[in-house]
Amino acid sequence: MIEVHTIKGGIHPPEEKALSNPGHVIDCPMPPKLILPLNQHIGAAAEPIVAVGQYVLGGECLATATGLVSANVHAPTSGVIASIDDHPVPHASGLSNCCIELIPDGEDKWLALNGTDDFRQATPADLVTAIRCAGISGMGGAGFPTAVKLMASDRTPIDTLIINGTECEPYITADDTLMQVNPAGIIEGAEILAFIVGAERILFAVEDNKPEAAAALTQAVVDTASSVAREVVTFPTKYPSGGEKQLIEILTGQQVPSGKLPADLGIVCQNTGTAVAVRDAVVVGRPLTHRIVTLTGRALNKPANYRVPLGTPIEFLLSIAGYQAEQSSRLVHGGPMMGFAIDDPRIPVVKTTNCVLAPTEQEFPSAPSAQACIRCGHCAEACPASLLPQQLYWYARARDQEQLERHNLFDCIECGACAWVCPSHIPLVQYYRAAKGFIQDSREEKIRSERSQARFEARQARVEREAQAREAKRAARKAAAQAKTTQDTEEDPIQAAVARAKARKSEQEVTE
Amino acid sequence: MIDTLMQNPTGIALLALLGLGAVFGALLGFAAVRFRTEGNPIADQVNQLLPQTQCGQCGFPGCRPYAEAIANGEAINKCPPGGQETIEALASLLDVEPEPLDAEHGEEKAPRVALIREAECIGCTKCIQACPVDAILGAAKVMHTVIADECTGCDLCVDPCPVDCIDMIERKTGIQHWRWQSPDVIASDRVAA
Amino acid sequence: MLADYALLLIGAVLVNNFVLVQFLGLCPFMGVSNKLESAMGMAAATTFVLTLASVSSYLTYNYLLVPLDLTYLRTISFILVIAVVVQFTEMVVRKSSPLLHKVLGVYLPLITTNCAVLGVALLNINKSHSFTQSLLYGFGAAVGFSLVLILFAAMRERLAVADVPEPFQGAAIGMVTAGLASLAFMGFAGLV
Repeated sequence: MIEVHTIKGGIHPPEEKALSNPGHVIDCPMPPKLILPLNQHIGAAAEPIVAVGQYVLGGECLATATGLVSANVHAPTSGVIASIDDHPVPHASGLSNCCIELIPDGEDKWLALNGTDDFRQATPADLVTAIRCAGISGMGGAGFPTAVKLMASDRTPIDTLIINGTECEPYITADDTLMQVNPAGIIEGAEILAFIVGAERILFAVEDNKPEAAAALTQAVVDTASSVAREVVTFPTKYPSGGEKQLIEILTGQQVPSGKLPADLGIVCQNTGTAVAVRDAVVVGRPLTHRIVTLTGRALNKPANYRVPLGTPIEFLLSIAGYQAEQSSRLVHGGPMMGFAIDDPRIPVVKTTNCVLAPTEQEFPSAPSAQACIRCGHCAEACPASLLPQQLYWYARARDQEQLERHNLFDCIECGACAWVCPSHIPLVQYYRAAKGFIQDSREEKIRSERSQARFEARQARVEREAQAREAKRAARKAAAQAKTTQDTEEDPIQAAVARAKARKSEQEVTE
Repeated sequence: MIDTLMQNPTGIALLALLGLGAVFGALLGFAAVRFRTEGNPIADQVNQLLPQTQCGQCGFPGCRPYAEAIANGEAINKCPPGGQETIEALASLLDVEPEPLDAEHGEEKAPRVALIREAECIGCTKCIQACPVDAILGAAKVMHTVIADECTGCDLCVDPCPVDCIDMIERKTGIQHWRWQSPDVIASDRVAA
Repeated sequence: MLADYALLLIGAVLVNNFVLVQFLGLCPFMGVSNKLESAMGMAAATTFVLTLASVSSYLTYNYLLVPLDLTYLRTISFILVIAVVVQFTEMVVRKSSPLLHKVLGVYLPLITTNCAVLGVALLNINKSHSFTQSLLYGFGAAVGFSLVLILFAAMRERLAVADVPEPFQGAAIGMVTAGLASLAFMGFAGLV
């Protein structure tokens, strides 16, 4: 039994978990069309390898990863590619991005899947390739390509694998449901991940508000054998315990240093959904095409957890869940703390869509106007990363890049605990996001201007060189011309010819 | 003579002060030689903050000459491509008051790049010679084209073109370049306004 | 003996702080306290000048003016000494940190007219300090000045980004803060 630690700060918002009936999954019917964004992850967008009008099978790769930090996109079912064009995507900006539109043909014909019975026969590198081919990225909300996270590097050897089933955000119960419905898949996925990174122990982290999930996982651990030490760890519920760095501190007492990764401490953390996706990819050969999404909020008649094909438009999901538009104040993609508002319900479900919230006005009253900061310091007490939100607020308003960096702005995980406790209702996290934005812009500007300066100086040097070369040529030509004329003054050719002609003439006269 | 001066109290005072002055003068003279400074390192630091578009809108032939002028006391609000951000940064470095951009020298516009309408290009190389960062690819009688990633938007190439085939278009922004906006208006400000 | 020196130092730094209790040297105090870096640079420069000037004034008074019975010339000769020390300091600063030199700007030569510097020199005479006492008094005055300047600069940096009502922005709130800081420092009275 490991010792559980506590993190500083944190808040206890109302959980509202029971509303979505965790522990039961409803299969979502296939929508009339699927919109698959080429970029559902952190990193570069994938490149489409299909054409408009092409018929594809379920599980077929539609777009390949570009570069290292990228992920593949697969077809969740068989159908025809209708278009590859810009379409609104789930993003805080509400902007569009390139998506592949797939019209399902209703037959759900799949590619032949090739899994492996005993993953230990393969090398970790092969397994990572399989995960990369399956297009798996972090399903807890961040979306980092899993294969990149698992790749061996020259860093500290990994000794601990953490499977993150914390799900600390209110309303969301997708991971809770997965742990109750498919604990064996999670355990097996964890085994594969531990084998890949070479971990000596696996910790399954569950908050104590999910006793059924913890029990299901514990039973699954008991029912299976393993070569590594495994433990299901429960700890007191607090938001945001599920943040990677916060969870590591709770389970190990160690803090990930600023600017470093958990891998530097010998720890790898993966979401439960990601673990199941890894298991499916390796054992069955199935790429990432579906996920569990929590549909909740009191503006829905049937709030529940649905197993949804990726690319399902959210408006379709809402209709399945009995959405009452008149009662709802807004739509949220994600949870109430870290999610963002949905302006256009046509946006599709992507790999990071863990929840869609349809609250009533009563549930989510409109934010009151922000008032002046009274310097109470509650924000600093609530911050789980031990930052100084009040100072960050003042410096963000003053756009003071130097002070913001000195106060570790980029260590802020944007959990929203500070804004939640603020008695003046100041939207603190928005200030920090804006500040991160303009600092990133100014860093990019600096790189660009250094490059321009280098090019300018190179050009100056080139122009100088060319001018000198011209000068040298001119001087050489002049010297050559001068040398020639000094030669000529000793013997002027014209004079010599005239002299010769005169001599010949006088000779002729003499002979005549 | 010194002796008579020494008898006189005023004379003593005068001599004492002169003596003190002489000693200190010598000390300072030695120090002036020992602590001589060369070059102008402030101009380097100012140059680092300028956007390096080399456009000349400030009235100086490039960013380095303007940087040197600023080090000698020139106003810091003459750079439109740098915009208000650069003025604030310069104000912070030199500990002076930031001022709004001097409208005489242009206004802050969205970042732009040059685009050559290739159908009309005659291959004269005049734009290539004008570009301060060599961002135009081409040679005599061969198609010219702008390398968009290297173009600083200084628009020095537009005038020399004899067929006027160069457009300045806004740099494309998309979802990758989107940034959060700061929520700066608070209730009390709104009430006052 | 050591206790006396300690008391002298504490007296100069806290109890009779030159800026907030005796109200000398207010010009650089208000003028250079906008940014912490320039305040630290100014504090270092003033410490150097004060200590050196205090010692040089003592030597000038006791080994030139007193033997020649020219004590009435002390004001002008102290100013001469201080001006030379400041010039010397300016040259050193320009060589070691051109940016600091540019940032301090005119306030560096203005240390010459800093009444705290002349004040220390004259007070040393008034109190008939010995050489060591003059040195410590000058150094203590400098430490007190630096302490207050740096504290005040830190406060002003925070004030600059805070939501100060418009009529108070800038020097006004600075003055109010200085007044409150002065009240606080006067609380040290009776310590020594």
